Amino acid sequence: MEIRIDLKYTKEHEWLLIEGSKATLGITDFAQSQLGDIVYVELPEVGTLFEADEAIGNIESVKAVSEIFCPVSGEILEINKDLEDTPETANSSPYDEGWMIKVKIHPGDLNDAELMDEEEYAEFVKAQG
Amino acid sequence: MKYFPFSKEQQTDMLKTIGVEHISELFSAIPETIKIQGDLKIPEGTTEFTLQREVKAKSSCYPIDHISFLGGGSYRRFIPTAIAPVVNRAEFLTSYTPYQPEASQGTLQAMFEFQTLLANLTGMDAANGSMYEGASAAAEAVMMAARINPKKKNVLLSSAIHPEYLECIQTYLKYQDLTWELIPVLENGQTDLAALESAIDDNSLCSMLQIVNFYGVIEDQKKHGEIVSDKKVLNLALVIEMTSLGLIEAPGAFGADIVVGEGQSLGLPVSFGGPYLGVFAVKAKHIRKMPGRLSGQTVDTEGKRAFCLTLATREQHIRREKATSNICSNQQHCALSVTMYLSLLGKNGLKDLALMNYSKAKEAKEALAQVEGVTLRHITSHYNEFVIDLKKPALEIWEALDKKGILAGVPLVWFDEKDTHGLLVNLTEMNRAEDVTNLTAALKEVL
Repeated sequence: MEIRIDLKYTKEHEWLLIEGSKATLGITDFAQSQLGDIVYVELPEVGTLFEADEAIGNIESVKAVSEIFCPVSGEILEINKDLEDTPETANSSPYDEGWMIKVKIHPGDLNDAELMDEEEYAEFVKAQG
Repeated sequence: MKYFPFSKEQQTDMLKTIGVEHISELFSAIPETIKIQGDLKIPEGTTEFTLQREVKAKSSCYPIDHISFLGGGSYRRFIPTAIAPVVNRAEFLTSYTPYQPEASQGTLQAMFEFQTLLANLTGMDAANGSMYEGASAAAEAVMMAARINPKKKNVLLSSAIHPEYLECIQTYLKYQDLTWELIPVLENGQTDLAALESAIDDNSLCSMLQIVNFYGVIEDQKKHGEIVSDKKVLNLALVIEMTSLGLIEAPGAFGADIVVGEGQSLGLPVSFGGPYLGVFAVKAKHIRKMPGRLSGQTVDTEGKRAFCLTLATREQHIRREKATSNICSNQQHCALSVTMYLSLLGKNGLKDLALMNYSKAKEAKEALAQVEGVTLRHITSHYNEFVIDLKKPALEIWEALDKKGILAGVPLVWFDEKDTHGLLVNLTEMNRAEDVTNLTAALKEVL
């Protein structure tokens, strides 16, 4: 299972790549392996405003549906349209081609969000194991 | 799958296996206060012979030989005899929920054919395997719209929608964080679309139009579609008289996002209000927000055409409280009857039938308008029912005609206490030309 050093992680098993007031969001390698074959990814419209911990999308696999959360409030800047036709990319490349949403955030909000670094996330996953 | 009853011995065996003394222990979680104490107060069993005699005596109290112009949501139609022997085969009649595709191909294929027929008929991309009946399907359509667009809260409803359907929708809405607004009706019986246009604002979620409305008036679907799509309001179409789609263009052609309706008039008897059949069809982009069961076409391990329940991730056994479908059963037996009915009629048959209904209503409308003391309420196009206003209170006239062996229609006072003089008159292929002659003659006598 891959966990990358340059990312932050949530308890909902999303990863965030934070670049100033912009963040890219996807699901972790652990999350995709738990979900199984992903058959559909439902993403919000660009421009949508959302609150912290509001469900902003859905991931449907052959055995379950789970929601996508963002730990801080913001606005949707971009969505990965390729996932419409090839949702399985979220399985094969969760950290690269399988990214899901780019959002605009207030970097200050991140201090309150319970984000983990790669070591903490590795522990967190192990504890769930 | 077949249904097998079990004997007392088998029951005892099963209880012993799971370590339970008596069957009542299985229900111990239910509070005593809400359990029925003692026996149900129903009579003892009787012989088939006695029962038949009793039912026959009771049935003779009902006006089955009356000439009928009753409509208003239930339509008396000719049901081809060929339907019953097929739908009543044990494989269909007693089959259980088709969770096991390997044991349920017949049921699943029937459901798939039903979905295909209804999607074609409504002009939509997909239809589900059916809902309980039309009014709750209409309410579910509004709930679905709220899932598609969770930020908007106000529901726009034409006030020419069947009053009982409106009541059902409003009952659902009362317990949601949603509001509703009724759009008034014009003098010609159509929904006031200019009023709709000015009612629309940023909070408008969806607009529902009954395409042949409660008064039998054909609505302007094209204009409705243009108004709502301009303002990004979801377009909901309601069809209660499904045969009208043989003549009237399908709502899908006018940008409907969801089409719901009542399937009773496609081969199901009126039978005191049930069981009826809810129709639910959507655009492909909304399919994951749809309630109800779906059968899908796939291939088996040998690559042969096969069917299975699909998109089940919407359903409550997988998605728990976030399910978009808490309705996991469907009116499969009724849906099968509808499938048979539509297959027997065919595309042209349905067109002919719709045209026949339209012409019969048109002739009756013209004949009734000639009667002294009768006025047509709406001067416009109707499908197969229309409202007449009577000189005297409609209920009084209705009762007088009932005594003469005619059920003259539905007095509107049953739905609106202020509407004392209106009578909703319906015609189907079951009405002969002399029925109308008899009605006009009888009306002349009692008015």
